[in-house]
Amino acid sequence: MEILYNLLEGFSNGIYLTLIKDNRYEVLIRGFGNSILITVLAAAIGILLGLLLAILRLRGKGILASFANGYITVIRGTPSVVQLTIIYFIILGQSGLPDVLVASIAFGINSGAYVAEIIRAGIMAVDRGQMEAGRSLGLSYPKTMRYIIVPQAIKNVLPALGNELIVLVKETAIAGYIGVVDLQKGGVSIASVTYNYMVPLLCVAYIYLLLTTTMAAGLNVLERRLRRSD
Amino acid sequence: MIKVIGLHKYFGDLEVLKGINAKIHKGEVVCIIGPSGSGKSTFLRCLNLLEEPTKGEIILDGVPLIEHKKDIDLLRQKVGMVFQQFNLFPNLTVLENITLAPCKVMKLSPAAAKEKAMALLTRVGLAEKADQYPSRLSGGQKQRVAIARALAMDPEVMLFDEPTSALDPEMVGEVLDVMQQLAKDGMTMAVVTHEMGFAREVASRVFYMDEGIIYEEGTPDAIFGTPQKVRTREFLSKVL
Ligand SMILES: Nc1ncnc2c1ncn2[C@@H]1O[C@H](COP(=O)(O)OP(=O)(O)OP(=O)(O)O)[C@@H](O)[C@H]1O
Ligand SMILES: [Mg+2]
Repeated sequence: MEILYNLLEGFSNGIYLTLIKDNRYEVLIRGFGNSILITVLAAAIGILLGLLLAILRLRGKGILASFANGYITVIRGTPSVVQLTIIYFIILGQSGLPDVLVASIAFGINSGAYVAEIIRAGIMAVDRGQMEAGRSLGLSYPKTMRYIIVPQAIKNVLPALGNELIVLVKETAIAGYIGVVDLQKGGVSIASVTYNYMVPLLCVAYIYLLLTTTMAAGLNVLERRLRRSD
Repeated sequence: MIKVIGLHKYFGDLEVLKGINAKIHKGEVVCIIGPSGSGKSTFLRCLNLLEEPTKGEIILDGVPLIEHKKDIDLLRQKVGMVFQQFNLFPNLTVLENITLAPCKVMKLSPAAAKEKAMALLTRVGLAEKADQYPSRLSGGQKQRVAIARALAMDPEVMLFDEPTSALDPEMVGEVLDVMQQLAKDGMTMAVVTHEMGFAREVASRVFYMDEGIIYEEGTPDAIFGTPQKVRTREFLSKVL
């Protein structure tokens, strides 16, 4: 009983110390904003890149296809924190781009490899007859892809793409490695000035959880709506 | 109109077409019959290069197709194709299915393409389905839309690969009626079919395919009435 009481009192003191005093909660809000910004930009880059890589891989021959294969192998075979630091310290360090943008590019490059495999599977699942019908009408390969195959493929793999987005949100929690103050880094920085780790880190965890469960619920609604339109 | 010379097609080691020679004249309706696996679909699909011939020549309106492979999109506009499985685009409405290629390939304005599509839909008796998605149509309706979609490109030849084989029996008639009307209007057609009644009534000539070649050809009366070769006779006695 005594222990529980102490714990609770410690916790409420902790809330005051880490969140309210000196308006420290603002650090978390700013961090949250950066996490969202990085996720959105990275997702946009990832989708475009993934689509391109998927199509290059599907054509199956030539240097471009080999490039796409190599890209996917390297990205999926190395830790994202390694990729992030390489892109920041070696490639884009001197570019003068804002750190948040560098992080977005790095996560976009990472996500692109995973999105590519998802979309490729989606395209392969579209009936072969669709391509044949398009081509038999005189539509070129790129036009058939654009108007017929890709829209159907994306619809097929929307659940998987949604999951990738949820993975991406959590992945961005390593942005602190290159000095970006995202949600996680915000929590850690409050902890390191207040010497209270429990409250800020549990807050951070709770916010991530809220975010991912909300996204999962939104995804569910979307899926159900799509299924109804079949 | 179409001339095929010494057409061979291999799938790996399997020789499916073993030297086909054929002519299809303007305005003719050629029905292609024969046992399963005899290469009827492969032959038809070679005519618009959906399958790439291994050897031989296909001459369309004086243009050798295989040498002009890079202009294939242009050449394919002249050749409409209707598939056994319809292959309508499920992500587009009936109207959009028909207007897509005219808009994106012939660069018709959306208004002009729509007007044309509606005229074609009226012709196949489906004007009121214009805004539906294909999943809402019956098989026979889907196939009629597919025919309208192919016609929207103003093809000079129409290829049909078993257009009624995937249909419930009560829907076969509506599709054959559309095809018969098309034939009457003077369209050049090559039709792979198991509908012997249709072949007999509508065809100008019948190709019997077997063993990778056009084994026997002639007018419907000749093929169905007095087939010359044993295999033709055996096949017909099985299906008639
Ligand atoms: N893409 C392919 N790869 C390998 N073999 C194929 C391919 N397409 C067809 N074949 C083979 O070629 C032969 C001829 O096939 P095709 O589809 O042309 O016959 P068909 O006369 O249309 O038969 P059906 O009446 O059953 O439609 C068959 O043995 C088939 O297995
Ligand atoms: Mg066939």
